[in-house]
Amino acid sequence: MAEVQVYGVWCSAFVRRVEMGLKMKRVEYEYIEEDLKNKSDLLLKYNPIYKKVPVMLHNRNVLVESLIILEYIDEVWEGPPILPKDPYERARARFLAKFIDDKLPSMWKACWSAGEEREKLIVETREALKILENELKGKKFFGGDSIGLVDITANFIAGWFLGLHESVGLQIMTQENFPNLMKWAEEYSGNSFIKENMPDKEKLVAHYKILKTGAQS
Amino acid sequence: MAEELKLFRSWSSPYALRVVHALKIKGLEFETVVEDLKNKSASLLEYNPTYKKVPILVHKGRPICESLVILEYIDETWKQSPLLPQNPYDRAMARFWAKFGEDKVFPSIWSVFVSQGKDQEGAMAQAAGNLKYLEEQLKGKKFFGGESIGYLDIAFGWMANLISILEEIADLKLIDAETFPCLSAWMNNFADDPVIKECWPPRDKMIEKFKAMREPYLKQGA
Repeated sequence: MAEVQVYGVWCSAFVRRVEMGLKMKRVEYEYIEEDLKNKSDLLLKYNPIYKKVPVMLHNRNVLVESLIILEYIDEVWEGPPILPKDPYERARARFLAKFIDDKLPSMWKACWSAGEEREKLIVETREALKILENELKGKKFFGGDSIGLVDITANFIAGWFLGLHESVGLQIMTQENFPNLMKWAEEYSGNSFIKENMPDKEKLVAHYKILKTGAQS
Repeated sequence: MAEELKLFRSWSSPYALRVVHALKIKGLEFETVVEDLKNKSASLLEYNPTYKKVPILVHKGRPICESLVILEYIDETWKQSPLLPQNPYDRAMARFWAKFGEDKVFPSIWSVFVSQGKDQEGAMAQAAGNLKYLEEQLKGKKFFGGESIGYLDIAFGWMANLISILEEIADLKLIDAETFPCLSAWMNNFADDPVIKECWPPRDKMIEKFKAMREPYLKQGA
């Protein structure tokens, strides 16, 4: 059995976060694709409380929750740091990562809802994006010159959120209203580690088109 | 003052109490600013523009927000009386259970407090299920942290004070010593710890506050 195993689904941004962390540290791992409509016994055994992916196994250690797993990866393996060294910067990174995770559900819902609810969610999403936009002033990445915890946590925005923009025809985040974020998304997606770690864009767009049709019917 | 620590809190916030507990366990001196949350100060809004909430710990002029983030900051900055375990897996587990507390334990207990009748029965079952996990974690230990109070004890510290208050107001038993022997013992050990004991907010004020918070829910159910 491989030393490290990751249970995930191909389209989950949370799973990709964990894979990103492992790839950054050049840790070999075995990936096991789950079917969320038919969860394996192993998944339910390893994550009985939340029953979700990602789950990471390292030797006999079972870890769940992507941000917690990223901190573990950073503490266990040498290599490019995921979190900064300075305690204040670390606190800032953790704060922003939590903020992004808090706002993700409404960002996601904004893409799928309609009418008044949608308008409300779009306003909320834009307010959250504004905070991230300001955070990026004068920086290439949230982590500074290189990718860090906040960049990885924001992967949803670079890949999935913008992917949804294309497939569902959204105008929430544009070059005009969020130039820093758009540039960051390009830098992030262009990074070689990320390129091989993002799900295929066409596959994602097609997947969401199907989901959208399903949601509307 | 050497450390230049300032804590923005409200008189009753359990999140702010976490920070108080951590600072006292580390033996750190700090200044306290008690906020009126209905009339937030300009400083609060400046230091936490994102959430506009307490607690905020300001260290040498720089603000740190979100109580669990603050706990980790305190632990990383001052090495005495470590709060988190040394081993990365144990640290991950402490963080996991703290998140479980936020995601599941507190909301389920709150649901019991604000519901009635059949809804409350359902909520009790849900809460009991969550509390069983904590009971498991405490088996054979005095504190979540082992022999001494640590990060996870502080994260769950609100229970040692608030549970009995909610039980008194709603006239029910959430955590009884028979079903939850380890958790009950833990609550007593934590609440009576000499460092922790002196920090609890006035009980009569807490009862008044939570009674008032429960009112709108009772009216809804009637």
